[in-house]
Amino acid sequence: MNANIEPTDFVFDAAAEAAVARAIARYPAGKQASAVMALLDIAQRQMERLTGSAWVPRLAMDVVAQRLGIAAARVYEIATFYTMYNTKPVGKYHLQVCTTTPCWLRGSDEVVSSCKKVAGIEGFGQTSADGLFTMTEVECLGGCVNAPILQINDDYYEDLDAARTEALLNALKSGAPLPPAGSSIGRQASAPVTNQTALLNNTKPVE
Amino acid sequence: MAKVTVDGIEVEIANGSSVLQAAEAAGKEIPRFCYHERLSVAGNCRMCLVEIEKVPKPVASCGQPVADGMVIFTDTENVRKSRRGVMEFLLINHPLDCPICDQGGECDLQDEAVSYGRDTSRYEEGKRASAQPDWGPLVKTTMTRCIHCTRCIRFSTEIAGVPELGATLRGENMQVGTYVDKALSSELSGNLIDLCPVGALTSKPYAYTARSWELRKTDSVDVLDAVGANIRIDARGAEVLRILPRLNDDVNEEWLGDKSRFSVDGLKRRRLDRPWLRENGKLRAASWEEVFAAVTNKIKASKPERLGAIAGDLVDVESMLALKEMFTSLGSPNLDCRQDGAVFDASQRGFYLFNTTIAGIEEADALVIIGSNPRHEAPVLNARIRKRWLAGHFEAGLVGVPHDLTYPTTHIGSGPDAITALLDGTHPFAEVLKAAKKPMLILGAGALTRPDGAAIHAAAWKLAAQFNMLNDDWHGFNVLHHAAARTGALDIGFLPGPGGKSTAQMLAGGVDILWLLGADALDTQAIGADTFVIYQGHHGDAGAARADVILPGAAYTEKDGTYVNTEGRVQQGFIAVKPPGDAREDWRILRAISAYMGHALRYDTLQELRAHLAQTYPLFALTGELRRLAGANLGAPAGDRAAVSAVPFEPVFGNYYQTDSISRASPTMAACVEAHYPNLAEAAQ
Repeated sequence: MNANIEPTDFVFDAAAEAAVARAIARYPAGKQASAVMALLDIAQRQMERLTGSAWVPRLAMDVVAQRLGIAAARVYEIATFYTMYNTKPVGKYHLQVCTTTPCWLRGSDEVVSSCKKVAGIEGFGQTSADGLFTMTEVECLGGCVNAPILQINDDYYEDLDAARTEALLNALKSGAPLPPAGSSIGRQASAPVTNQTALLNNTKPVE
Repeated sequence: MAKVTVDGIEVEIANGSSVLQAAEAAGKEIPRFCYHERLSVAGNCRMCLVEIEKVPKPVASCGQPVADGMVIFTDTENVRKSRRGVMEFLLINHPLDCPICDQGGECDLQDEAVSYGRDTSRYEEGKRASAQPDWGPLVKTTMTRCIHCTRCIRFSTEIAGVPELGATLRGENMQVGTYVDKALSSELSGNLIDLCPVGALTSKPYAYTARSWELRKTDSVDVLDAVGANIRIDARGAEVLRILPRLNDDVNEEWLGDKSRFSVDGLKRRRLDRPWLRENGKLRAASWEEVFAAVTNKIKASKPERLGAIAGDLVDVESMLALKEMFTSLGSPNLDCRQDGAVFDASQRGFYLFNTTIAGIEEADALVIIGSNPRHEAPVLNARIRKRWLAGHFEAGLVGVPHDLTYPTTHIGSGPDAITALLDGTHPFAEVLKAAKKPMLILGAGALTRPDGAAIHAAAWKLAAQFNMLNDDWHGFNVLHHAAARTGALDIGFLPGPGGKSTAQMLAGGVDILWLLGADALDTQAIGADTFVIYQGHHGDAGAARADVILPGAAYTEKDGTYVNTEGRVQQGFIAVKPPGDAREDWRILRAISAYMGHALRYDTLQELRAHLAQTYPLFALTGELRRLAGANLGAPAGDRAAVSAVPFEPVFGNYYQTDSISRASPTMAACVEAHYPNLAEAAQ
């Protein structure tokens, strides 16, 4: 992965074009600028598909601006404002560790250090030498009940600790596909870890 | 109208006005950083907080619309406390490097910190620092000082029409910039410096030059284009250090083109500061006495009809009048102010003025631009057209070279035959003009320099007449000049008299003695080898290089001068510094030499000259203001409109930055050419 070089060219491919058409069609005529976030996402996914790294090169932002008839600066603003758009190349697995208070209280530091250990990197924003992992610090992912959370690409991996994080990442490293998303301790959705304590059938309705 | 009470003062203000405007109407000053009258409301600095009755929290007054019966307090303890809080937050990441900041002394943040700042900082953590991106040769960036007011972003997007600036990243990391490294491509970029309330954007050429309180400020008029933008000349000692725009809603609002603002260093270079005399093919320094004698002998030995004078683009009306009257008393009819060789009917003012007026553009609803690029020839006027376009229901068509004018234009054709297509109704834009209530056209002065210039003039007039542009209350025919001196010269009839020769005829050997009053834009190669050339002017440019005698004159910052802008507005500039060395004000030179020749002009002081000017040409009695001309019953300029050719129009200026002797002498303008026209800069080397 030649990660640090801007591509010399960016055009939407056939699959992306179809998605672009769908995204633009969602808005009334003359308001197609509203599709800017969708188009940036399509561009990022196309980069992932073609290069294995999900990011939006500046050229792609220019293409989006041109397609929507808005100033390039407006697209730069949006692409850099939202953390979900990567303006630099990332590894095949983008490790987005939530370190906001609930996750931190539940041990996100362990998740961070496991990521560092397996990927062999020293801090946030770095990519592993094999180009497999990039670790990013993110703010609350909204999954606090199942904290700590590690988002890999689009999926949440929940209830992690040091060992389970390492196991997960080592599996990826050895070439396994991403496991099903969700709790790593097998809990169902966000139900209590220690089994259900409320709304049980044996509770009698209050007289 | 809404009735509101501000600090006990009752004011009536239009619905939709903001609380801040209501407070200003009541004479209350509201501190602000992001709010600007001419930009959209952002409401992100929070400095303009006020209290409103029945509203529990302080309100940002810039973005709060007034409501009838609103009771507003702008100076309560709570308001002051809130503003102090805002100020403390603004200063958290501000470096407080005022001693080394060029904005110091004229900084909004500094001024407001006097009222709302704490004496010491409570903030002990590290401050944010930012990179200093390169925005080109004019605007110096120190983004660490930026308080994120976004005025520059809004200006470039809304007024300049070059949306290159944006706020990238977010929160504490937010950066105002271009994201991609590049120089700002606007001709109005200097205004970002005025707009920036802090020292984040300062003038690059003026960096570390002076403090605002050291400067002597003089009101004047810009002469580097024909808009006549009102300027303030800031000088220290004998040196003009910078030029800033002055507020005039009828002309330049508060903007100024980059050339007009930054050419100021050209005033110190290549100056003619002593008389020169050509001897044996070489110029040598001479005394005034010597050059007077040389000129007088030459003129006395020549027949009057073999004398000619051409006035340049930067000359004040007084000098041109003195030269004209001297030539008249010598008996020569050979005068021309159109050094570009244009020949057109100037028998009525309406034929050569920007009749709609600059402020009048805002009333128009359709526009045809013929043979002009207003973005380069008059950037401030172009901003006014863009302002009109932004207001909606406005269409513009362009005949000539297609340009990005910062508003969309329909390209009607490349040559003047497109005017015929509009007249015939064969081009669809004719329908737009027909439907318009107040259509206008702008004829570039460059179009009149062509061989078929008079025909284009007549055709454009016919277009105006046919499409309802010439009425009692609307005059939609406009000539956009690019030379500040031109309108004034035409007004005083600095034109060939009966039997007199035009510029082209004078250059082609029609005269033995040619007096160039600041005329540099003509083809000096074309002047006959045995023509004796007298150059009177301030810069060693094309005219001086060809001259046999050089009379050192004064640049526009160095003399009291009257100028008439393209609308026909008579404006006066004042002297800011003395001309360098032996150079003198031009009318004085002419007065002195006329006496030397025994044809003394009738005025000894500028007051007498101006009184004489106003008496001879009454329109000069009214300065600053403008009476709009009615468009109806004017006749039509001479010229056979059928004679228009199909030869495409060409750009008047090869580049925006170097168009006259002052801007050509300016290193800053040269740097701009290098940044924006790399091909040109390379060719020049």
